[in-house]
Amino acid sequence: MTQLTHLTMADALKGLAEKQFTAVELTEAHVRAVEKARPLNAFITETPDKALEMAKASDARRAKGEAGPMDGLPIAVKDLFCTKDVLTTAASHILDGFQPGYESTVTSNLWRDGAVMLGKVNLDEFAMGSANITSYYGDVINPWSPGEPGNWPRKLVPGGSSGGSAAAVAARVALGATGTDTGGSIRQPAAFTGIVGIKPTYGRCSRWGVVAFASSLDQAGPMTRTVRDSAIMLRSMCGFDPKDSTSVDMPVPDFEKAITGDIRGLRVGIPKEYRVDGMPAEIEEMWRKGIEWLKAAGATPVDISLPHTKYALAAYYIVAPAECSSNLARYDGVRYGLRVEGNSLNEMYENTRGAGFGKEVRRRILIGTYVLSAGYYDAYYLQAQKVRTRIKWDFDQAFEQCDVILTPTAPSGAFAIGEKMDDPIQMYLNDVFTVPVNLAGLPGMSIPAGLGADGLPLGLQLIGKPFDEETLFRVGGVIEDAAQFTATPPFVA
Amino acid sequence: MTYIQGETGDWEVVIGLEVHAQIVSNAKLFSGSATAFGTAPNSQVSFVDAAFPGMLPVINAFCVEQAVRTGLGLKAQINNYSVFDRKNYFYADLPQGYQISQYLQPIVGKGELVLDLPDGSTRTVGITRLHMEQDAGKSLHDQHPSKTYIDLNRSGVALMEIVSEPDLRSAEEAGAYVRKLRSILRYLGTCDGNMEEGSMRCDCNVSVRKPGQPFGTRCEIKNVNSIRFVMAAIEYEARRQVEVLEEGGTIVQETRLWDTTKLVTRSMRSKEEAHDYRYFPDPDLLPLELDPEWVEEIKRTLPELPDEKKARFMTDFKLSAYDANVLVNEKAKADYFETVAKGRDPKLAANWVTGDLFGALNKAGLEIEQSPVKAGDLGGLIDLIADNTISGRIAKDVFAIMFETPGKTPADIVAEKGLKQVTDTGAIEGAIDQILAANADKVEEYRSGKDKLFGFFVGQAMKATQGKANPALVNEILQKKLNG
Repeated sequence: MTQLTHLTMADALKGLAEKQFTAVELTEAHVRAVEKARPLNAFITETPDKALEMAKASDARRAKGEAGPMDGLPIAVKDLFCTKDVLTTAASHILDGFQPGYESTVTSNLWRDGAVMLGKVNLDEFAMGSANITSYYGDVINPWSPGEPGNWPRKLVPGGSSGGSAAAVAARVALGATGTDTGGSIRQPAAFTGIVGIKPTYGRCSRWGVVAFASSLDQAGPMTRTVRDSAIMLRSMCGFDPKDSTSVDMPVPDFEKAITGDIRGLRVGIPKEYRVDGMPAEIEEMWRKGIEWLKAAGATPVDISLPHTKYALAAYYIVAPAECSSNLARYDGVRYGLRVEGNSLNEMYENTRGAGFGKEVRRRILIGTYVLSAGYYDAYYLQAQKVRTRIKWDFDQAFEQCDVILTPTAPSGAFAIGEKMDDPIQMYLNDVFTVPVNLAGLPGMSIPAGLGADGLPLGLQLIGKPFDEETLFRVGGVIEDAAQFTATPPFVA
Repeated sequence: MTYIQGETGDWEVVIGLEVHAQIVSNAKLFSGSATAFGTAPNSQVSFVDAAFPGMLPVINAFCVEQAVRTGLGLKAQINNYSVFDRKNYFYADLPQGYQISQYLQPIVGKGELVLDLPDGSTRTVGITRLHMEQDAGKSLHDQHPSKTYIDLNRSGVALMEIVSEPDLRSAEEAGAYVRKLRSILRYLGTCDGNMEEGSMRCDCNVSVRKPGQPFGTRCEIKNVNSIRFVMAAIEYEARRQVEVLEEGGTIVQETRLWDTTKLVTRSMRSKEEAHDYRYFPDPDLLPLELDPEWVEEIKRTLPELPDEKKARFMTDFKLSAYDANVLVNEKAKADYFETVAKGRDPKLAANWVTGDLFGALNKAGLEIEQSPVKAGDLGGLIDLIADNTISGRIAKDVFAIMFETPGKTPADIVAEKGLKQVTDTGAIEGAIDQILAANADKVEEYRSGKDKLFGFFVGQAMKATQGKANPALVNEILQKKLNG
């Protein structure tokens, strides 16, 4: 029998159903993997006792014939989701000791369907970052880093902000993990670690109980090792939630059913604006390969134009910080989390927020405060919103000519910790292909497509029409089959 | 026009008011928490109200309905598309670090309000807008020597901010405005108007100018919590500004506080220190879109409001503007009056209600709802006058007894005390004959031209019948016997 931690979710469900192993056995194997993977620093909080308790309950349900769609599957939860009575940090010092008295809707849905929680995984502080190097709880190491674990000559970043989720899934520590994606935080780390990640349409997953970064862009999604697993997990995560006014009341399709392998006649848009200057040849090459795969499966590539793409990153780095500056105002030391006393209210605020927020978060709060200030609002925030509208139009028009869009997920593969760190703009450029999707609220998926010259995974991105995740799963399945991505990282738990 | 007399001539006061009215609703604007007044601190606080991580606002549809109802009551434009914005500032009792409000696109646009002035005249004042917003919590600075305590019970409670045009020209008009607005809100049932409980608070924008000149620089007096204080604060502030200007100074645009013990306004912060609220649309909430049919439905179920009621009372009951005003300013008073007036002489009913009843209630410190005399019984009393069972004079005594002994009907009292009017001509004649016989000298004087003595005979006759004789009959018989 294959190692339990190497199973896909689909196979694990089969094994559980056929009584090849129990949820407790599956969970125990993963709990051991969590321990073994500690050098990756993927977890902020491990919850082995809770995991085993949930696994026992799962076995009991299965014995009674009441198993849910994800029953017994051990997963990791990005530490941005509030989990009842379990430390929830957003990887920030400011939430020091915070244990919510409530459970996020997305994780509630997962537990309802039987999933088992292994723990809370690391991320960039408040999900702000593209390399998982801004966490108060330390950097996450990409399991693809070459060399001996714990003695890596060159530590690679797992991408971000869902870096802990990506590292845990890639290193076979969890069968899947929740991620959140505000500008690429699911798709880019998925690409950097050779796994699948989907950011569904804005409104698919409830944001209730997810620590907010930029409310109009934040969206939760699954990170798994296969397209099918993402379909299984997304189905459990999403659904209408009256507690989130931006949640959309639409039926949840059985995404797995969409993975038919048949994409004949499908029109695949190839946006010319995504051929950016200085993009490595291997990315270009992989993109070309992707087009060939889809053509071979009977789809038709269509050249499309998304003319406002070049303004997307600038608009994003106005809208997201603006919302974050307001969303993070609640971390003031008054009611929960960190408080550093002062001689006046203002001094307490300054001491608390100065000590509680890291450099990147402070930078974005400052940018956001600036762009919303009287006299600058029109020039920055309002202008950025106009750009956002244009970007939506671009996609609307493109989708008249095509059914799905194919692009690279990121302009490079994983880089080393320490690289691109001096210049925040260089870091922001990582999100150039993913950000427009968030601005337009569309679904986007990253699928591992192959290894680059340095042996590191590269991902292809599919962008779909609003609420047409099914096409992403269908096309993603075809790419997955064609790419035959079977490589495993040097570090596997 | 009321002007302030300054050293350099007349000054006109220009006032605009922003009234914050708490919406009558069991739950808060964006959470299900209760809104009852006077409960233990922090006993009505949800995770949303305390701004815990990941908590999201969900609009309370009933609060929206109340705001629309209020807009309709102010004859205002209802905006079927409105937007919630965040007003960002830090304060310990503002858990989110922002207040959800409406900035550029409020739910209600331009409307109007008719002032009823003491001389019976009216004046129409423009309403600029009405928007919905959340209240903040309360800071308690007096519970600990160095710490401030926070009570979040009010955090998230739904408010309407109702903004007037700068159309008011005196403290009295400002008082009349707040009184009228409160009356309309109470009629609509959208705000209880209890200023002492903080259900209604007022920011007063005040400036002065020489008549005919452009608007002067204004100061805003924040959070005034009674009509008396609104008037006093405006009066003080206007005179302060006149004084500054006449001494050659300039008015600095600033926010001021009303000191309720020293009865002065004090500078709170200048324009330079003013907050930059960094308003932007709240991304947690979708724009609010109203179905015009739903708005129509609310309009159809609107109650009769004070202005319409007043007009009806003046037309149907031929009441004076003054009486009508007094009766309609509270719905309970108007309802009471209508019950009394139904099928009776309206003028008589109005006199009894506004005169005897309101006087007695006022003296006893009672509200109309607490009146010991029920409307039906007061009507019964008037019926007894109308059918000559008792005289108006006796009725006053009966009313006093009714007020003291709630539950007793006027008929019972009249029967018990034997107050029934004597209309038996023979009995009255007999009494008068005795009086004339006993006062022959006075009869002589009267007949020789001392007309004034007629009153004396009337008095004697009433006295002889313990006031129960029908005064008209007494008059008639005396006339006949003395002059006949």
